[in-house]
Amino acid sequence: MRDVAIIGVGMTKFGELWEQGIRDMFAEAAIKAMDDAGVKKIDSFYVGAMSSGLYTYQEHLSSLMADYMGQIGVPGLHVESACASGGSAVRAAFIEVASGMSDIVLAGGVEKMWDVEDGTIVLATASDQEYEAYNGVTFPGLYAMMARVYMEKYGLTREELAQVPIKNHKHSVNNPNAQYPFEISLNDVLKSSMVADPLRLMDCSPITDGAAAVILCPLDRAKEFTDKPVKIRAVGAATGPIALHDHKDLTRLEAVKLAADRAYKMAGLSPADISFVEVHDCFSIAEIIVAEELGFFEYGTAGKAIAEGQGTYGGKIVINPSGGLKAKGHPVGATGAAQVIEAYYQLTGKAGARQVPDAKFGMTQNMGGSGGSCIVHILEAL
Amino acid sequence: MVGIVGYGAYVPAHRIKSSTIAEQWGSDPAAIERGLLLTEKTVPGQDEDTITISVAAAKNALKRARIDPQKIGAVYIGSESHPYAVKPSGTILIDALGIGPHVHVADYEFACKAGSEAMYVAYSHVKSGEMEYAMGIGADTSQGAPGDALEYSASAGGAAFIFGKTNVLAEVLFTHSYTSDTPDFWRREYQRYPRHGGRFTGEPAYFKHILGASRAILEKSGMKASDFAYAVFHMPNGKFPLKVGKTLGFTNQQMEQGWVVNIMGNTYSGSSPTGLTSILDVAKPGDKIFMCSFGSGAGSDSFIFQVTDKILEVQDLAPKTRDLLNNKKIYLSYGKYAAYRKKILFND
Repeated sequence: MRDVAIIGVGMTKFGELWEQGIRDMFAEAAIKAMDDAGVKKIDSFYVGAMSSGLYTYQEHLSSLMADYMGQIGVPGLHVESACASGGSAVRAAFIEVASGMSDIVLAGGVEKMWDVEDGTIVLATASDQEYEAYNGVTFPGLYAMMARVYMEKYGLTREELAQVPIKNHKHSVNNPNAQYPFEISLNDVLKSSMVADPLRLMDCSPITDGAAAVILCPLDRAKEFTDKPVKIRAVGAATGPIALHDHKDLTRLEAVKLAADRAYKMAGLSPADISFVEVHDCFSIAEIIVAEELGFFEYGTAGKAIAEGQGTYGGKIVINPSGGLKAKGHPVGATGAAQVIEAYYQLTGKAGARQVPDAKFGMTQNMGGSGGSCIVHILEAL
Repeated sequence: MVGIVGYGAYVPAHRIKSSTIAEQWGSDPAAIERGLLLTEKTVPGQDEDTITISVAAAKNALKRARIDPQKIGAVYIGSESHPYAVKPSGTILIDALGIGPHVHVADYEFACKAGSEAMYVAYSHVKSGEMEYAMGIGADTSQGAPGDALEYSASAGGAAFIFGKTNVLAEVLFTHSYTSDTPDFWRREYQRYPRHGGRFTGEPAYFKHILGASRAILEKSGMKASDFAYAVFHMPNGKFPLKVGKTLGFTNQQMEQGWVVNIMGNTYSGSSPTGLTSILDVAKPGDKIFMCSFGSGAGSDSFIFQVTDKILEVQDLAPKTRDLLNNKKIYLSYGKYAAYRKKILFND
């Protein structure tokens, strides 16, 4: 297996992109990434999208995207793993380069979410249709149950939970691509509309349009393209049960731990080596549970630790320097790729005002549904 | 000089509070009021409709115009709730008010902008010399689907304007329209309630067209926001008009007199026209007034008016709009509201 590097990245702004369709956004991100890497032709590509069919009635993204990014003839594949589609696309591209099958592979993701009136139904396809969705529960409801159990078991307060979105909004102020680059207050969180008790609007990631793409190549060719490649040190992936009721413990996301353990093992690293992590804060409680599964905090303590500043600059580890899903936005299929892009910016010193100082290793954690799938990448500055 | 020679408004006496509707559907009343900047809306009585509202508003306009109704050469009612799919509202009005029969009548529609376009066409007929006086009316008894966000704002009311060349109260200095194919809100034939594109009704629809028309008329006129004493925009909720006004450089002080939505709701074709009447009720000679409507589908009509000294003679000749809104209020329960608005299926 060859070592793999990232040699270029590109993304659209995340937000309500009324003027762009699904093909426009992905083409923009892909072409930006190719220009960034200085490549005119790629060998292969993977595009992550959770549900281009239900959102835009468009499938066959391999053909569509090859066409619109000017790479007709190049093999491509639409990758789907619910909200982990983007991270899965990066992993698939990693395997194709590491195996020696191809040299220049593009991996990215896109989601066009604002063309439908009710996206909640589409998002619910990530849950168990027969035993969960059919009975009326949707993702805010599923994560609300996790939040309720976690709060009961560990004594996490409503105010402490609110510190997750507050922190992420503080970070997004410095992210020019973020959907909501502004701070929010405790009052903003506590007074926002109730979505699924105890989760309020400000605990939930938004509906977002956007696309993100990265270009991978074998590490030993990286210098042909850039002075500052970033190495993908490790990839770990895992699945979990599809239905929340099959989790043994609602305060745990076992697939995240499994994926992280595999990544740490492949990398030969431990949580103490990681300077920053982009986690999948689809809901505020998710960030807390994930931070524990990734090994940064003891079980039951992440909520209080983050509330005390351990998840931001100057604390134990910077969690979601980009603003996370909550403040940067969550175009579902693109998120996993955008997390990798943030890691790339951080590790090449290009993160501007949100730069994590002296970052050597970064981590990304991308997750589908209520922990049904998880991809963890560990990236290294060279 | 061509402009408004008579104006009048009418709003029904019934009201329902946003909190009553919120409690009905289990929503948080405080969050709704904060989000929409709307506390209550008008509700038409059982025997009221767009035609009765138009007649009442037109009567008030005639009181202020002090002209012989027979001299009116055209009557246009703009609404998205004309009582008939085929049979003009305008013909009932002219007979009720002694206008015609030597008169041109047409009903207008274009979602919420039907009133301002009736005004624009009436004004244009007088300006071109085609006739001495013409009347444009915007009135609606719009419906919001039960449980939908629009239920908080869809209300009833209207305003009428008579345009002419003599004894002008407010001269029309400039007009400008901006239109494009933007399907943000629609209702197919035989559908009871309209449908809308959620947040698509915002930036790509409301803001794009109001800004398009407003920026063009400001450029055309060489004026800027600070030249105006008052500004009024289409008011689908409390927030949008303040936001678009601010973007154009208007202050809350300039907008507050015409900002009737928080206690009236969105009277659709009557929205900015009724706001305009509220401004005319207190305007002083020399005041410049900025108005821009919006209709889904989508388009905006903008106007720049300059008030003359004749305004002082007429303001008290008919009920003032804010008096109509504040002085008589009959609050309804949700059940009574649903019955009046025919949301309950009777065994007919």
